[in-house]
Amino acid sequence: MKKLLLGNEALAQGAIDAGISGVYAYPGTPSTEITEYIQRSKTAKELNIHSQWSVNEKTAMEAALGMSYAGKRAMTVMKHVGLNVAADVFMNMSVSGINGGLVVVVADDPSMHSSQNEQDSRYYGKFAMIPILEPSTQQECYEITKYAFDLSEKMGLPIMIRLVTRLSHSRAGIEIGNRIAQNKISLPKNPTQFQLIPMHARGRYQHLVDIQSDNRESSENSCFNKNIEGKDTSMGIIAAGIAYNYLMENYEDGECPYPILKVSQYPLPKTRIKNLFDNCEKILVLEDGYPFIEEIISDFLGENRNVIGRLSGHVNRVGELDPDSIKKALGFEVEITESIPKVVSGRPPELCVGCAHRDLFDAINVLGKEDSNQQVFGDIGCYALGVLDPFASINTLIDMGASITMAKGAADAGIHPAIAIIGDSTFTHSGMTGLLDAVIEDTSITVVISDNSTIAMTGAQDSAASGRIVEICKGIGVDEDHLILITPLHKNLQKNIDLIRDEINHKGVSVIIAQRPCVQLPKEKKDKLKKLKKISLN
Amino acid sequence: MKTNIILAGVGGQGILTIAAVLDTAALASNLNIKQAEVHGMSQRGGAVQSHVRISDKEIYSDLIPKGKADMIISVEPMELLRYLPFLKKGGLLVTDSNPFVNITNYPELDKLYTEIKSHSNTLLIDAKKIAKDLGNSRATNIVLLGAAASQLPLSDESLQQAIKSLFARKGERVVEKNIEAFNKGKEIATEFIS
Repeated sequence: MKKLLLGNEALAQGAIDAGISGVYAYPGTPSTEITEYIQRSKTAKELNIHSQWSVNEKTAMEAALGMSYAGKRAMTVMKHVGLNVAADVFMNMSVSGINGGLVVVVADDPSMHSSQNEQDSRYYGKFAMIPILEPSTQQECYEITKYAFDLSEKMGLPIMIRLVTRLSHSRAGIEIGNRIAQNKISLPKNPTQFQLIPMHARGRYQHLVDIQSDNRESSENSCFNKNIEGKDTSMGIIAAGIAYNYLMENYEDGECPYPILKVSQYPLPKTRIKNLFDNCEKILVLEDGYPFIEEIISDFLGENRNVIGRLSGHVNRVGELDPDSIKKALGFEVEITESIPKVVSGRPPELCVGCAHRDLFDAINVLGKEDSNQQVFGDIGCYALGVLDPFASINTLIDMGASITMAKGAADAGIHPAIAIIGDSTFTHSGMTGLLDAVIEDTSITVVISDNSTIAMTGAQDSAASGRIVEICKGIGVDEDHLILITPLHKNLQKNIDLIRDEINHKGVSVIIAQRPCVQLPKEKKDKLKKLKKISLN
Repeated sequence: MKTNIILAGVGGQGILTIAAVLDTAALASNLNIKQAEVHGMSQRGGAVQSHVRISDKEIYSDLIPKGKADMIISVEPMELLRYLPFLKKGGLLVTDSNPFVNITNYPELDKLYTEIKSHSNTLLIDAKKIAKDLGNSRATNIVLLGAAASQLPLSDESLQQAIKSLFARKGERVVEKNIEAFNKGKEIATEFIS
């Protein structure tokens, strides 16, 4: 019988069946379930497939590259903004190339369901000059992952698989195929391949440029790129990844009258696109995310060929696509359906009842009333909800780790009090280096590490910070007299306010660790935490 | 045959359990299924929904187009109304009557019920009480599933079998209570319609 799997899980099963020896990742919606599936898999355990979380996306991708260097197949997984963190290794490993098959899975989040932007990872794939695969169904998630590893080893390049939220988080019945064995250790044949000093890197880069025609040919012949005939040549449609589904949904039994090119492998198959251009009066491009394809194939001066899509304004430029949003571009009337009754109120997400972040914000808000110059620099995690009412405690929220560094820059500019609020896992992900910057200059900032001892927002994964935060802060050089531990509970409110106020008044770096486990943690995780080395402060 | 179902509620109310029963039963009946759900930030006490599509033919979109849902099953009365733009004309509305109030501007219940009752094909039931009376208030969602069962393209046997397999690891008593909840929901719906 078919197996019921999320797009993410189907991809993970595909990776196991492609013979990976390890997955390296940091949690991030909508990508998290890929790694979790491999962590839960009995087969993966028996095969000793590495699946423990990494500290951030950069360390994850580098470890995956190391496994590939050793000749084995490895996968690295992240959300779209995670690729920004890993961009350094990402851009350089397409120059070095790979040894064992290496697949980079990036889950984009059009409509920003759980993200701060809707950047389109296909630009990164193009930037690095590597093939990109974009499945449209859960079954394709499975198939395309197995294909990706073969393609990676054939081309000697890392391959990107690009997902979007709706595919990652939708289930379907999946047919599972055979599993192949893992690679054995075998070091790269060319000893200079991974030595990117300029004299070697120039050769590698030339090689990368030279094989672009092979990448294109692979796309032309890919079984995942499909031309579908249509009688009505007044329009041709290019539909990428999940957009293909929304297109077909608009026709009874998928009987679309227009010729279609379904794109699931990049670089764009030029000959196939040329054929569509030659046979059709105009081209409609349907793609979730940015107008990536449309921009490439549009005539810059707009004089020759009629290309329409998100860029031309025929399809919504921002937000995800859905079956309704593309109706007008297909020439259909948009039916008026019932509207949401006025009586319905909005229901935004909120911090859980009993959440420790609540008690922390209560204290921060009292201090904000005492001194209206107070600025609070936030970070990525559940506590980002502190931006919203009823707390409205946080002034900024940009990217992983930016709380500490922005507080530092603002303090340098003369802002006081400058408070950074960062979670425990975000701190180890990207906060530690910024704290070192502040320590070096002894900048007058107050860093609050809201330590709930888990990566809560993405579903309570283990935090690399658990049991280590105090030692890390000491190691970075935080003055132990200004390294304070508090327990954010309502009964401690006044005490905590006084402690934080003292540190705000300290002219230099202070770190306050506000520690209380996430209320959503399952019992076994809470028990595990208790066994960790007790935090010690002299 | 194609059936589109929207499941609605607040993060943590168990709409994914209803989805799992539908998915399992559909797969066992050799039908195609697509079921989109919400993970991440919105799960934290916010409005959540799941789109469930069941068909004997190929299903393309993971999302249900507006005006094409055959029914909305909601575990919370206000959340039911949020997805009305998806309901087809004359589609079925099934909802629990108990509000989940975690916002300051929650509407007056009377106004909410009046709005719900203004739709013709509506089952507004106190599923929570029914589940509680059966001795398992956590089975509210399964009562609602039972109430919608006669309109689903799935046999009662396949749904009950799915409930059994999904709750099996929680022990026989939980399985029994959920089967009872399903049957009671079905019974209530019959009374409503007759």
